[in-house]
Amino acid sequence: MTAAMERIVYLDNNATTMVAPEVLDAMMPFLTDRYGNPSSIHSFGGNVGKHLDRAREQVAAFLGADQDYEIVFTGTGTESDNTAILGTISYYRDRKHIVTSRVEHPAVLSLCKKLERDGYTVTYVPVDSEGNLDMTALRESVTDDTAIVSIMYANNETGVIFPVQEIGALCRERGIPFHVDAVQAAGKIPIRVNDIGCDLLTISGHKFHAPKGIGVLYVRRGTRIRPVLYGGHQEKGRRPGTENTPGIIAIGRASQLASEHLSEYHGRVRALRDKLERDILKRFPNSHLNGNRDNRVPNTTNIGFDYIEGEAILLYLDRHGIAASSGSACSSGSLEPSHVLRAMGVPFTSAHGSIRFSLSRFVTEDDIGYVLSVLPEVVGRLLEISPFWDKEKRQGKPMPL
Amino acid sequence: MWNYTDKVKELYTNPRNVGAIDNADVVAEVGSIVCGDALKLYLKIDDKGIITDAKFETFGCGSAIASSSALTEMVKGKTIEEASKITNQDIVAFLGGLPEEKMHCSVMGHEALTLAVAKWKGESIPDELDTEGEIICRCFGVTDALIRKVIRENHLKTVEEVTNYTKAGGACGSCIPRIEDIIEEELKVAPAGESEKEKRPLTNIRRMQLVEETINNVIRPELQKDGGNIELVDIDGSVVYVALRGSCANCVASNVTLKNLVETKLREFVEEGIEVVEAK
Repeated sequence: MTAAMERIVYLDNNATTMVAPEVLDAMMPFLTDRYGNPSSIHSFGGNVGKHLDRAREQVAAFLGADQDYEIVFTGTGTESDNTAILGTISYYRDRKHIVTSRVEHPAVLSLCKKLERDGYTVTYVPVDSEGNLDMTALRESVTDDTAIVSIMYANNETGVIFPVQEIGALCRERGIPFHVDAVQAAGKIPIRVNDIGCDLLTISGHKFHAPKGIGVLYVRRGTRIRPVLYGGHQEKGRRPGTENTPGIIAIGRASQLASEHLSEYHGRVRALRDKLERDILKRFPNSHLNGNRDNRVPNTTNIGFDYIEGEAILLYLDRHGIAASSGSACSSGSLEPSHVLRAMGVPFTSAHGSIRFSLSRFVTEDDIGYVLSVLPEVVGRLLEISPFWDKEKRQGKPMPL
Repeated sequence: MWNYTDKVKELYTNPRNVGAIDNADVVAEVGSIVCGDALKLYLKIDDKGIITDAKFETFGCGSAIASSSALTEMVKGKTIEEASKITNQDIVAFLGGLPEEKMHCSVMGHEALTLAVAKWKGESIPDELDTEGEIICRCFGVTDALIRKVIRENHLKTVEEVTNYTKAGGACGSCIPRIEDIIEEELKVAPAGESEKEKRPLTNIRRMQLVEETINNVIRPELQKDGGNIELVDIDGSVVYVALRGSCANCVASNVTLKNLVETKLREFVEEGIEVVEAK
């Protein structure tokens, strides 16, 4: 085990990712020598502004935006999500209804809960057992009182992709602002804001190999939105505060790299994910897939293990240097399993034992082989401890190794 | 990531006493797979009432596995009478502490033990485990009696604490007003400032055991991280005499260590009135 400890296999890329070496190289000068404030008149600061312009163009190209000024840099994905919703409803003050889904990220859900307390009505559109959005329910929920529709592009836990293009068309037709939380889509599947037809779209740098602390809110030209923060002129007043220049340079470079590597996600990364998933489902009779197999981002798999608990699985995997995450209640500190799995109607018995593996282009075939070699011991040991595996144990059906 | 103690990590990595005892004299099962944790405790008891073997099976997280390991280690060799005096706090002390949100794991261990003792004695199921009784939290099946017992034994004062210790109120939250009422009622029964610990002073033997356990499992591991060590020299009433060893012996901050670590931890896990004196 000591030897194994030295090896790290990082399969938690939906939580955060490694900063790509090229990204670090690009941002480093702005952490050291080129620390000037882009708003300054002197060229030491002013020249930095030219690099920000370039980064803005890179992000605009990544999202397929028409104009680079449609890109607003923020601090985090959460800030972008909050700004999109709060900024829109503070413009359309007479509309008191919001449409979102039951499986959104807390950055949207917690805000909606707060807005309900402030007098807003929120429709939480359900999903089916495979995690697909109930489009009929969504269509029926939209009214003339709806201020904004906010739906994620891909779910962080299951990877399931939502039909944002269809929702975009519906919102256009009804004249309702549409925000897409694309944090989990960025770098994994193409994002084209004009195909989606959204007014607002959120991405976060650290999910696609830029560092933490940089987010983007795409704001389509002409979209009515009021700022949430007030201060200087930065980001045309839409998000004041001195620019995070190293972060902005980084997300620009990361956007460029992400476009270049999209086909690798579609090909090699998907193949590795599928191998991991197929082998697990084949080897462990107590395992099953959570989420729609065919309509997912290519890096994510969410597997439920019956009879054993997710946090214990993670702690045991951790001993082998394997990083993953779980929808188990225990691992989050809340007492209920993940809201996403509950919305899908996954039985509590297996929701408590769900594990999410999320890959990146830095994962190798050897890494996946290593995980598959370690899992039987981890799962077998926990089944041995579990009181619910009795019947099978007594029948002398040991875990296949 | 949870801040688990080394003892907890050791016990979930290498759990003790895992499995079933086929001809167990008593088997107690608490929790359920739906709630997210469950524990099945097996005891082998000889004709003198001594627990000769204890094993467990659990569905639960790292701290549930560690708490179950601790419980089985603690009861082995004890009489049923002695074992029945073990509280969830003793399990926590054995583990060197648990994160607040994981306290319910120690309570689950204690519940299983209480149920096992009652079954062995042929007594009726204790009120707090009787799911036929009044249930406050429907999501996790937590009874009124269990909530009251845990409030009293752990001196809980807020709904959040009750949730950490019993899970009650942690899901839909609809029982929170009732939990608030129970806390209020219990606080009236035990007026502020008069804790149960003060009402029922520890026996000398119990105090010695707890002091030793806390030094071995909580304090020594902390000191060893910095190359130090500690020796228990004597216990006289509530005065504990210790000697600091290793790098602590010559450390200029040893007096700080004595007060801030040794005394604080002993007061937390053993008794409020404990005073620590360095034996020269």
